[in-house]
Amino acid sequence: MGSKTPLYDQHVADGARMVDFGGWDMPLHYGSQIEEHHAVRRAAGMFDVSHMTVVDVRGDRCREFLQHLLANDVAKLKQPGKALYSCMLNEDGGVIDDLIIYFLKPTWYRFVVNAGNSEKDLAWMKKQAVAFDVVVKERDDLAIIAVQGPDARNVAAALLPEEGRAEALALGQFFAAEIGDYFVARTGYTGEDGWEIAMPATMATTAWQQLLTLGVVPCGLGARDTLRLEAGMNLHGSDMDANTSPLDAGLNWTIAWTPEERDFIGRAALTAYRNNGVKYDFVGLVLKDRGVLRNHQRIVVDGLPDGEITSGGFSPTTGRSIALARVPVGTGDKACVEVRGKLLDVQVVKPPFVRHGKACIEFDAD
Amino acid sequence: MSELPGDLYYTKDHEWLRPEEDGSYVVGITEYAQAALGDLVYVELPDVGQELDENDEMAVVESVKAASDVYAPIAGTVVAVNEELADDPESINTDPYGDGWIVRMTAADGVNLDDMMTPNAYQEFLDELEA
Repeated sequence: MGSKTPLYDQHVADGARMVDFGGWDMPLHYGSQIEEHHAVRRAAGMFDVSHMTVVDVRGDRCREFLQHLLANDVAKLKQPGKALYSCMLNEDGGVIDDLIIYFLKPTWYRFVVNAGNSEKDLAWMKKQAVAFDVVVKERDDLAIIAVQGPDARNVAAALLPEEGRAEALALGQFFAAEIGDYFVARTGYTGEDGWEIAMPATMATTAWQQLLTLGVVPCGLGARDTLRLEAGMNLHGSDMDANTSPLDAGLNWTIAWTPEERDFIGRAALTAYRNNGVKYDFVGLVLKDRGVLRNHQRIVVDGLPDGEITSGGFSPTTGRSIALARVPVGTGDKACVEVRGKLLDVQVVKPPFVRHGKACIEFDAD
Repeated sequence: MSELPGDLYYTKDHEWLRPEEDGSYVVGITEYAQAALGDLVYVELPDVGQELDENDEMAVVESVKAASDVYAPIAGTVVAVNEELADDPESINTDPYGDGWIVRMTAADGVNLDDMMTPNAYQEFLDELEA
């Protein structure tokens, strides 16, 4: 048996098909993954993401510490509550994890990191923290429910204390605030508007049940994956890992190269790789024929080395199969993917595939 | 889980086979298999006329989660495939023993069904899997 979130019994009661995910027993779906996917694109769905780890960093030298630890620059965070997406690199420039960091006070920042990486992440952070005299603390007393979809914020506001609702609804994209016992962040992993709401673990079941009553559809990890894939969002362990450069995973936009004197971990290796010429482009693929693209399938491009699918699957919103992939630099707008020994034509596109309920790429005519 | 249809034969790979009045056999995957796979989004079918040995890969069913082979429960020849599955693969989810059929085949000489499981035997097999 794996670890259980505070909502485990609730998932079982809701009829979830439970699966192991990075050592956690998590819901895969509650009946139909595709219906759950559509609920998020069209109305509101909720995910138990309590397996993700909240980490608080406190101390006078927080900012200095984070400017060393992260490839993105927390100096961009000027207003309290503002969040930033960043990679945390090793010395070789590989991605230990990707995470969101919230700026709460000059002496207090908050991370949310991936479930499967949290032990590694914490060990690494604590090791780096010593020199900066900051305290890194895992908040395993918190649960997180992500409520996502065009109706999500308006519906979920009812969960919050009345006096805090206006403030919560006024939060801009990538901002967070403490509202009573809740930590409400306007972030997500679906390509839809919504909140990720952290709360004391003891409140999670009541909150979940209240959201159910309000018509929010429970969604499992299956829908979470197809939603993030359509949104063109990377998954650590699939699209990149500790042996992958962020420059080969479409994450160049998350590297803060300036100021040049900022010495973040991995900078030297990343700079060397960039100067030598990056070998891969990170792109989207759309399968023209019927079928389903899957992780690790080989991509064949005329006259160039092979590429590889890093995340492939079916896109319920477009009815096509789509993928994120590493292809050799120089790949045009067409390629082939080897599926069970046959080469199938794919269109090479720039992700995302879907945002805010609508397809945002033009499919080639057949 | 619902009652297993009594007129079918079953395999350990969760295929079912139904003898038809004209002597042919219809093949599909079971309720257990469709539930394990999740929402189906694509089915790769064999060609009509294709000859199969027992346990040959006959079709591929792809769900949101994974691709999975469907094996021929008996040796024989494909005489029809369920073309409706191209547009409606989820009928395997909603009606695995009916509209979600996959292939109709004739048996090669000497085929007997004794190696396949009866509904009772398959139910016991499932109970063991879930124990």
